[in-house]
Amino acid sequence: MSATPLLELRGIDKSFGPVQVLRDVAFYAHPGEVTALVGDNGAGKSTLVKCISGIYPTDSGEFLFEGRPVSINGPRDAAALGIEVVYQDLALCDNLDIVQNMFLGREKRSGIVLDEPTMEQMAAETLAGLSVRTVKSLRQHVSSLSGGQRQTVAIAKAVLWNSKLVILDEPTAALGVAQTAQVLELVRRLADRGLAVVLISHNMNDVFAVSDRIAALYLGQMVAQVRTTDITHSQVVELITAGRSGSLGLAEPGTGHAGNAAGSTDTTSGAVR
Amino acid sequence: MTTTAVRKEGPAAVTPASTVGSHVRNYVSRVRGGDIGALPAVLGLVVLCTVFAVMRPSFLTAGNFANLFTQGAAITLIAMGLVFVLLLGEIDLSAGFASGVCAAVLANVVTVFGYPWYVAVLAATVTGVLIGTVLGMLVAKIGIPSFVVTLAGFLAFQGIVLMLMDEGANISIRDATLVAIANRNLPPALGWLLAAAAVAGYAAVQLLRHRRRTARGLLADPLAVVLARIGALALILGVAVYILNLERSRNVLVTSLKGVPIVVPIIAVLLVLWTFVLQRTSYGRHVYAVGGNKEAARRAGINVDRIRISVFVICSSMAAVGGIVAASRANSVDPNTGGSNVLLYAVGAAVIGGTSLFGGKGRVLDAVLGGAVVAVIDNGMGLMGYSSGVKYVVTGVVLLLAASVDALSRRRSAATGTR
Repeated sequence: MSATPLLELRGIDKSFGPVQVLRDVAFYAHPGEVTALVGDNGAGKSTLVKCISGIYPTDSGEFLFEGRPVSINGPRDAAALGIEVVYQDLALCDNLDIVQNMFLGREKRSGIVLDEPTMEQMAAETLAGLSVRTVKSLRQHVSSLSGGQRQTVAIAKAVLWNSKLVILDEPTAALGVAQTAQVLELVRRLADRGLAVVLISHNMNDVFAVSDRIAALYLGQMVAQVRTTDITHSQVVELITAGRSGSLGLAEPGTGHAGNAAGSTDTTSGAVR
Repeated sequence: MTTTAVRKEGPAAVTPASTVGSHVRNYVSRVRGGDIGALPAVLGLVVLCTVFAVMRPSFLTAGNFANLFTQGAAITLIAMGLVFVLLLGEIDLSAGFASGVCAAVLANVVTVFGYPWYVAVLAATVTGVLIGTVLGMLVAKIGIPSFVVTLAGFLAFQGIVLMLMDEGANISIRDATLVAIANRNLPPALGWLLAAAAVAGYAAVQLLRHRRRTARGLLADPLAVVLARIGALALILGVAVYILNLERSRNVLVTSLKGVPIVVPIIAVLLVLWTFVLQRTSYGRHVYAVGGNKEAARRAGINVDRIRISVFVICSSMAAVGGIVAASRANSVDPNTGGSNVLLYAVGAAVIGGTSLFGGKGRVLDAVLGGAVVAVIDNGMGLMGYSSGVKYVVTGVVLLLAASVDALSRRRSAATGTR
């Protein structure tokens, strides 16, 4: 593991009108690691991702990218830093083929003419680099692909641009067993290639299968960010549903102040209150 | 999954060598999977031509063949623009009367105000661009469904034509250049020259692409298929130019009538231009993307509103071109130019050719093929002496038929996953 996180967030606050969705959230993602972002519905996972990818502006807080403070004011800023998001609903065009989808919005051109051979070659190389061998032809329409293959294309699209941080929003939510295994394998391979991967998932099996760290959100607060090896399945579930588990997470309401909990969880737990 | 998962060679080998056999098999399986493309239009053309040729031998004469082009030209041109709107899953019901408004502007500028023909053509085209911009803005920026916006346009433009025509008078067009567009022919030699140039250009593009793809180790269509395509184009153009260059005048002593009608190269140039835009530029790629999945296009950084406005601009501009051709053919503009069946024939042409009403699927060539079908029906039924009542019914039925083919093939491709 490297010393400085690729992405570090400190004290992120975000409100929609009177509703505070994120409170003082700290989060970090290391290169070469899969960081699982878990939390119940409404915990703020999607909001946090949209803040990272520049879709929502944050109210306050610091962004550090490769140790340097940066400001992300829109999706283009995030993309320029090398942050790519693979959304749950995929965002692929059914009526276009794999190559066309992978380069959508960023087509390679020579003059005003599309440079199809270059795009096809780059797409083939990217898929080869990810050891994807489940697609028959790069020129088949995305509508003819299975759910797992579509997810593969969406992920390959995200890594095509030498991205450094890939955020995957529920990549296995709609997949069968074999396809889930395929996609998780691909997620692991991304991290092994040195990318920082953030995996949002509800599925504890998936989380424990591929992640190096787990970050748990509870009602807009980051209650813990710990190594996967240091935590058990049931502890994660407790963090998600109650915001604390033993010494991890939020302080017990009865046992005193936040400082108490912070002392006992050491530095591996994230923002502790 | 089972068939794809066993492939172990890796993505470099995801493109197995292509042979003529596999090419044909791919095509057959695509058609069976619901991706029928222009097949219904081509089959329809063959069937219709056979039926009319058997029942009315005069259908097959060179004169009638030339008539088909001038009769179908305006509708085909309007349909070419409609393809862009249909690709987004939108509709432009005002295209017919938009062409009428543009024709009225043309007639006013050239006949009433006496400006030269190119000023009039420019004015008509600019009118088309303006109409398209307004329609597109209303659809994209305000968010009114295109059906409603263009239905309103349909009514309003009808009124504007009447006003421009001074409440119903018609304006004749006597400018020689404008009249020539739909009524004169190319010299026979020029016809051959253009056909040869078209085939040579097509061959160069196809062979160059084939060479570049094979040089890079990418899957290319087999050379035999490429050559067959070039040969087919050469054959079709050759036969067409030969027939059109035959003498069609009833009395050669009075006047000689032969050569390719001038509208044909006009349609061909626009066909090549718009096909290039749709297939080979990122703008065209973005049109397909917005038609396929608007949200995905937005996330890919495509300016969806701009694409939506632009297709209406293209549609109305092509309607202007169609209006100019219609005015030229009639030698005049009257309040009904672009009215009655023009719009439905144009939408029908695009859909019959294989452009989907649901968006995301279609080519400019569809408009030409569908336009040919519409022209053949109109022309053939006229020769058989049917009243225009019967013609309307038959064309309506053909449009319904094409739309159901579209809907059914869409359902089938959703089931087989090969849209």
